[in-house]
Amino acid sequence: MTLLSARSLTVRRGECPVVDEATFSVSAGECVGLIGPNGSGKTTLLRGALGLLPHEGHSSLAALPASDRAARVAWLPQLREIAWPMSVQRIVALGRLPHLARGATLRAADQAAVEAALCRMGLQDFRDRTATELSGGEQARVLIARTLAQDTPLLMADEPIAGLDPAAQIATLQVFETLAQEGNAVLTSLHDLSLAGRYCTRLIMMGAGRIVADGPPQDILTAERLAEVFHLRANIVPTPNGPLVQPLGVIA
Amino acid sequence: MKLFIALTVLTGVMFIASLLVGYARIPLSAWLSAMFGQGNPLFVTVMQEIRLPRAVLAAMIGASLGLSGAAMQGFLRNPLAEPGLIGVSGSAALGAVIALQTGFAAAFFLALPISALAFAGGAVGLILLLAGPRGSSLTLILAGIAVSAFAAALTSLALNLSPNPYAASEIMFWMMGSVANRAMTHVWLAGPIMVLGWIALGGLGRGLDALTLGEDSAEAMGISLSRLRLQLLLGTAAAVGAATAVAGAVGFVGLVVPHILRRFVHGRPSTLLWASALGGAAMVLAADLVTRLVLPERDLKLGVVMALIGAPLFLHLIYKTRREFA
Repeated sequence: MTLLSARSLTVRRGECPVVDEATFSVSAGECVGLIGPNGSGKTTLLRGALGLLPHEGHSSLAALPASDRAARVAWLPQLREIAWPMSVQRIVALGRLPHLARGATLRAADQAAVEAALCRMGLQDFRDRTATELSGGEQARVLIARTLAQDTPLLMADEPIAGLDPAAQIATLQVFETLAQEGNAVLTSLHDLSLAGRYCTRLIMMGAGRIVADGPPQDILTAERLAEVFHLRANIVPTPNGPLVQPLGVIA
Repeated sequence: MKLFIALTVLTGVMFIASLLVGYARIPLSAWLSAMFGQGNPLFVTVMQEIRLPRAVLAAMIGASLGLSGAAMQGFLRNPLAEPGLIGVSGSAALGAVIALQTGFAAAFFLALPISALAFAGGAVGLILLLAGPRGSSLTLILAGIAVSAFAAALTSLALNLSPNPYAASEIMFWMMGSVANRAMTHVWLAGPIMVLGWIALGGLGRGLDALTLGEDSAEAMGISLSRLRLQLLLGTAAAVGAATAVAGAVGFVGLVVPHILRRFVHGRPSTLLWASALGGAAMVLAADLVTRLVLPERDLKLGVVMALIGAPLFLHLIYKTRREFA
């Protein structure tokens, strides 16, 4: 089942296209990694596909009314913002907001979703802590738990593991992997190519606003592409856990 | 729930105290009956035409300022925001000053508040025009600052050009803010507009909760930011514009009350809305009581007392929370 399909999606900043004619889809059971150098248009592609930016072309999610979209996709922006000193549990419970009628309190099902999200991100012991007093990495995990509590078929995340310690990075990607195995789908931008190769079922590589490659990790992560798109000289070692990318130097 | 009961009781006590305290000594036994038009006609007049409108207005103005302050802070995600930020109160004051200056205020009983309301409405129109339909909260703040500054400049100009010192001092006193010598007519004029404002602001809770996680997250959760902003602007204009129109400029309520109560609602913006409405009502009723208990013969102004209470309170809060920002 296709959860997101985009055709010729173009997002312009002024006249200049930041995302140029992107066509891709995400189906249930996939964990799709979006990779590309800084400024290649990853964030803009994700936000454009969500309909949060004015765009040309078609995106199945952007075409939905806002409230229907909130039931189909959860969005974790790159900027981690928690404005008020609320408890972790209450922040995570905000993910239930699209499912609740105006002014309604959390039902048993909502409580269960919040609880499950806290467990998945290993935040059970943090539930009563004030979210704004946690460390940056802990806040990031709280915000991921918030998107999990929204309980949508598709999760779109923009650099969710940036700033997390190695164990938390792997734990987060394992949660994404599990979500995909359970029949949901994840579309996430990443900078760690080895982790992308290991945990994603498919990679989309972007360069200069265009999708330059789309396919299984071992086909995408090649020395030639890394040189061309990332300007990176790298050693790529195929392992049973996916391709291991060891960057060696920068190509001027 | 405990907070709700505590704030309701506090507001109720302040309201009753406001009806009990005053220049005329009314025996406690005659008090309740006078309220309902029974007994000594002098007491009835004092209760129904002086103290009741004063107490009702103080409560309504406090609720309007507290509610719009909480809404503004929630929308801008900034504890330093206050309803005056978008220029509505400054513009309403300008409308009132122009009415006083031109003599229009004397044309008929409600000329002054109506002029103030018209200017408040005009300010919102101007801000919407300046900030655009999709503008960010930053353009909203900048537009508000521009409108405030312009209104303040024109108010100064009116003072500058006032024909005689009496006109100038009348304007000065009006601008200090007060709920003394107001009639039930003022309540009937401002009340319905304030209630419309409360309805608009009260409906913001869900959107403000979502905005805790930032504009992008809120929009992805199905909140229309442009609608939320329009509702906030119109609600604030109605509530604060009507409050300023009948009472002049009363500052600090919208800033301090949400700040004090935030801890008690565990930071949740939607709960803070009604808590600040009740808290604001209690605070303005209390400040108005102070004007009557301290120096009753000198006609102390509500806005002055409010600032005298509010500023140290705010300083205390900053002192207490400075560790968080350090």
